[in-house]
Amino acid sequence: MYFFNHFGRFILMIKGMFTRPENHKMYWKELMHQCAELGIGSLGIVAIISVFIGAVSTVQTAYQLVSPVIPLATIAQIVRDTVILEFAPTLTCIVLAGVVGSKIASELGNMRVSEQIDALEIMGINTKAYLVMPKILACLIMIPLLVVIAMTLGIWGGRFAGEAANILSNEVFDRGLLLDFIPYNVTFALTKAYTFAFIISGIPAYYGYNVKGGALEIGQSSTSAVVTSCVAILLADYVLAALML
Amino acid sequence: MIEVQHIRKGFDGRVVIDDVSATLETGKCNLIIGSSGSGKTVLMKCIVGLFEPDAGDIIYDDQNFTAMNTKDKKAMRQQIGMLFQGSALFDSMTVEQNIMFPLDMFSNQTKGEKQKRVDEVLDRVHLTDAHKKFPAEISGGMKKRVGIARAIVLNPRYLFCDEPNSGLDPQTSLVIDKLIREITTDFNITTVVNTHDMNSVMEIGDKIIYMYQGLKEWEGTNKEIIFSKNEKLNSFIFASEFLQDAKDMRMLEMKGKISDDRDMNEMLK
Repeated sequence: MYFFNHFGRFILMIKGMFTRPENHKMYWKELMHQCAELGIGSLGIVAIISVFIGAVSTVQTAYQLVSPVIPLATIAQIVRDTVILEFAPTLTCIVLAGVVGSKIASELGNMRVSEQIDALEIMGINTKAYLVMPKILACLIMIPLLVVIAMTLGIWGGRFAGEAANILSNEVFDRGLLLDFIPYNVTFALTKAYTFAFIISGIPAYYGYNVKGGALEIGQSSTSAVVTSCVAILLADYVLAALML
Repeated sequence: MIEVQHIRKGFDGRVVIDDVSATLETGKCNLIIGSSGSGKTVLMKCIVGLFEPDAGDIIYDDQNFTAMNTKDKKAMRQQIGMLFQGSALFDSMTVEQNIMFPLDMFSNQTKGEKQKRVDEVLDRVHLTDAHKKFPAEISGGMKKRVGIARAIVLNPRYLFCDEPNSGLDPQTSLVIDKLIREITTDFNITTVVNTHDMNSVMEIGDKIIYMYQGLKEWEGTNKEIIFSKNEKLNSFIFASEFLQDAKDMRMLEMKGKISDDRDMNEMLK
């Protein structure tokens, strides 16, 4: 019952976003601001994680593939597929759920508690449309881009680690990358990225928008938003894999 | 003029305000007073539409606000300005951007015109050197004045102030009260103030509504309140011995028994 109560309210919040903007220019400005805040602001952490994940994948795959009958290019194939299918979309989005999710929940929570949302309502502004929608749209635009960057940097990190640790040369790695490449895997990864982007932005926005109380409650809602988003990402990851692969 | 007709509002089965009716007059400071938890903030939030009343109507100059659709309500809200208890300024914007925000959202003015209007309202609230400061960099009294400036920037017909003096020293409170009074009379708007500050009541209370446990207990002016026989009202306004003494002195003064401060202690014995 608890779940359905929150789910119903979440749907109502999403429905409430779809009204005619009071001023298109201001909404566009807010969308661009959120794209910069949530997307470009997360670029650093995404880059660092991706490079290291790719590098670790290469080293660990090489450690497990000890048989002389398996060609070294297989390592590149495995790194490519794991990065594209799982590490870039899922792991990046789990990290972004913490970074972006807590930011959205605490920002909206603080605005609610300090009556800034009420002030906007009094002015005649649809706060769901003005505050929540640009955040969700910004995540839907920026997170798939971040996932593509994560894929590229992850594979590059694996390639770099292979050469640096003397596991396989760049030429062998590049050959392995092109071997049996399935473009559908990228489509699948991007489908996951869009789904996770909605989860990362929508769930924290719901928690932040509906905060009641003070500083303690803002902290609690921020934590709950991140935990719920992570669980929802893992659940969606399994459902999408079961449906699409 | 705003007419509040038989408003009732409850939360989780508990009635917070019950059958409250009042007329809030144009060109006057209408004060809603009462102790904490008496329902005055809920009443104000019902009037401005932040809470949907369970029963009753709010009439803004013959227009039934409670019966309006969302589009009409949005249009009506552009005629409402509100100063919140904590000022509710947008943290990420400077003072100037805070005040310009309603203009950016709802007017088609040029940047120069908007800037001129911002300068005008900042001048009106006696803040001429705070344009580029952020809310975190200004004092509580200045925040309230910025809140008032933002509330009046679109020339509203109705101004609502929720506890405008909370957290301010008595001197700054007087400045804010004076400002609210000036804006009300200069622009001939309907002003509604929620307060439990007795100085404000005596300074600007053209019309006073006293709320007690969710009911309208008393209604009158600042001239009448001091002589009211209502026990609940008296126990609220004369909660301190000092104020009770002040009332006694006022009574004696009016009866001509004392002429100046030097006689007061003598007469009170």
